[in-house]
Amino acid sequence: MDDAITHIRFTGTEINYYFLCRKKLWYFSHYIQMEQNSDAVYLGKLIHENSYEREKKEIDIDDTIRIDFISKDRVIHEVKKSDKVEEPHIWQLKYYIWYLKQKGVEGITGKINYPKLRKTQDVYLETGDDEKIEAILKEIRDITGASTPPSADKRKICKNCGYGELCWI
Amino acid sequence: MKQNFYIFNSGRLKRQENTIFFEKEDGSRSVIPIENTESIYAFGEIDFNTKLFNYLAQKGIAVHIFNYYGFYSGSYYPRETLNSGQLLVKQVNHYTNRNKRITLARAFIESASFNILKNLRYYNNRGKDLGGVINTIEGYSSQIASSDSVDGLMGIEGNIRNAYYKAWPTIIDQEIEFERRVKQPPDNMVNALISYLNSLVYTTCLGEIYHTQLNPLISFLHEPGERRFSLSLDLAEVFKPIFSDRIIFTILNRQQISEKDFMTEVNFCYLNEKGRKTVIKEYDEKLKTIITHKKLDRQVSYRHLIRLECYKLVKHLIGEQEYEGFKIWW
Repeated sequence: MDDAITHIRFTGTEINYYFLCRKKLWYFSHYIQMEQNSDAVYLGKLIHENSYEREKKEIDIDDTIRIDFISKDRVIHEVKKSDKVEEPHIWQLKYYIWYLKQKGVEGITGKINYPKLRKTQDVYLETGDDEKIEAILKEIRDITGASTPPSADKRKICKNCGYGELCWI
Repeated sequence: MKQNFYIFNSGRLKRQENTIFFEKEDGSRSVIPIENTESIYAFGEIDFNTKLFNYLAQKGIAVHIFNYYGFYSGSYYPRETLNSGQLLVKQVNHYTNRNKRITLARAFIESASFNILKNLRYYNNRGKDLGGVINTIEGYSSQIASSDSVDGLMGIEGNIRNAYYKAWPTIIDQEIEFERRVKQPPDNMVNALISYLNSLVYTTCLGEIYHTQLNPLISFLHEPGERRFSLSLDLAEVFKPIFSDRIIFTILNRQQISEKDFMTEVNFCYLNEKGRKTVIKEYDEKLKTIITHKKLDRQVSYRHLIRLECYKLVKHLIGEQEYEGFKIWW
């Protein structure tokens, strides 16, 4: 594995945004954050705070990844509001499993919880995923390291994005 | 949309648990709905408690204080929560680099003069003879592009404003005594209105800057740090013709404000409480006016135009898109 990659620390949110929107990833990684204005994000925060209250939540590892909670069966959980964009959620969790694996923690699986939908989704680190994650990290490094944000096309998800006004003004 | 709260009465503003009360001297209380508050304007004689400021900081709500004469004294500006070191570095760099600074300073003046001309054309089309002053200001505006110093730009701006103010007696139907702009203290009704409204625009700009990663101290047209959050002055330049000036023309022409709304004992230099309330009401309605934004293709309020201006500045500073100041399109 590329040595430089092991020294770069990306958060779960950054992995998520890589799949969701690269322009958002660039802004976010430069601390130009917009979501304080977003009702959708506020709702997500409330769901997060008011679900699974018996669990010990927000486990911070290396100041890099923040796991929502871990259950006794060695499953890490990620709580999400809606499954509308599932792929970013899945890769966020795969990244957490991969990250723990780098630290020597084996036998971890993941589960995405959608409390509002009463639905869950299991996530495993599958064959080939390690290589894919390493490639993704390199790409994230290139995107966030660029001096200006990448251009974006207007998509359906832009309508509800907290960054919308910054993007399209 | 969050609301501004304007307090004219005297009393005590305090937090009790998670509620903010305004307690009048007679003991009656009114609740300020915290989640729905953008900022608080304090005109009365008001006591505050520390718990209140802690809570306001947590919710990111500013308090703007005005003295007995309605003159802006200062703001309680809560701790910054949106910080981007990288953006700050770029903002500073755009100030220290002469060419970069002038590019931005020009953009502010250009849109300010565009908006001034728009006001003049509006009244010119309504039978006021303003052709001469429009030509004069167009002449000054054409010098903006070739001016290569901030002082030079400020000079052009001064000329534009002087010519503009000379036209005000033509625009305003009431008999007014207004020849030139005088501040600190203003010397007549119109100057008092300008001072008061400009301070409101300034605080609105400051409030919007607060909700972005921009640093309010580093400005481009005005010199940074001169007692004030000078980036707010830069932005206010763009919006004064649309917010302040138009309100002044309207309320004077509709006879909503006249000499009796000023404090006679200080030579009409300041609005009295009734006058202030009339102006605030107009100002607040102006902020809430909704228009369809051409580029975003969505409904936005006048106030939100200022926030969008901040976003355009952010994009300019990070090198994504060149800033073009807001130009009124309706």
